Amino acid sequence: MTVERFPIEAGHILLFARAIGDPNPIYADPDTAVAPPTFVQASAQFDPDYSLRPKPGQPWMGSAKEPSQLAGGRDEGGSGGSRSGGTGLHAEQHYEYHRPLRPGDVLSATSRSGETWEREGKRGGKMTFSENIIEYRDQKGELVVTARSVGVRTGQVVA
Amino acid sequence: MGLSAAKVKVGDTHEQVLVDDLTRTQLVMYAGASGDYNPLHSDELYAREQAGYPGVFAHGMLTMGMTGRAVTDLVGADRLKKYGGRFRVQVWPGDTLTATVTVDAVRDEGGEHLVDLSVVTVNQKGEQVFTGNATALLDA
Repeated sequence: MTVERFPIEAGHILLFARAIGDPNPIYADPDTAVAPPTFVQASAQFDPDYSLRPKPGQPWMGSAKEPSQLAGGRDEGGSGGSRSGGTGLHAEQHYEYHRPLRPGDVLSATSRSGETWEREGKRGGKMTFSENIIEYRDQKGELVVTARSVGVRTGQVVA
Repeated sequence: MGLSAAKVKVGDTHEQVLVDDLTRTQLVMYAGASGDYNPLHSDELYAREQAGYPGVFAHGMLTMGMTGRAVTDLVGADRLKKYGGRFRVQVWPGDTLTATVTVDAVRDEGGEHLVDLSVVTVNQKGEQVFTGNATALLDA
């Protein structure tokens, strides 16, 4: 993932605060607003290639007439489907904040892969973990947030 | 608007209900605000028929975001140095989540007053859904 321009905007902070159920008035006032702790996750909105957003004219993994537009019908089990079980899930997320983010900041983000490891899970069969590190920099090029995520791919559905 | 170093001591706890009877609409709000439109979190037909889950479930990052509120309500919205954790079990519509923040350490480092916190969010059955840690700046 590379995001060239992620503007921190007061309206976006307000919507994000509402979405996480946080009524703190600091988030509603453009003069006092700071980004909530997990706000940089919304940089996905500014990643033109983000895969978990439907795009006009392209089939989407979610349902329309069928349970998935990518499946090509349930019996065929197309490439997008995961009916046989197994899926990618978010296992861990860690942030290091170098300073608070406020409306007017314009960030860029670059990501790199970290370590990969495997484990046998009780609920999900073989689990493959992979780490990803995203560095967010401001318009002066200074590092403002470092985000480290761990994703897990399981052999079967975990619920 | 931070927390005063004189007012915190190791072992202090702060408990907060984050959401009571989580709605599917809240999951949609989080999808819209975050930009993570994974249909596992908003599309019941996809989640059941295609992916094989009992239904839609919350983004892990929604749980972590809601949990962050318990931390920032305690230390202030602009005081965090670190915040991280692990997603333990899924959060489902109808769940009620409660976070407990515990003061693990109060220390000085590089001329700054810092507090180390651990945070645990449980559902209505008492199962841990998110466990993590945070470090925040304290006022003198």
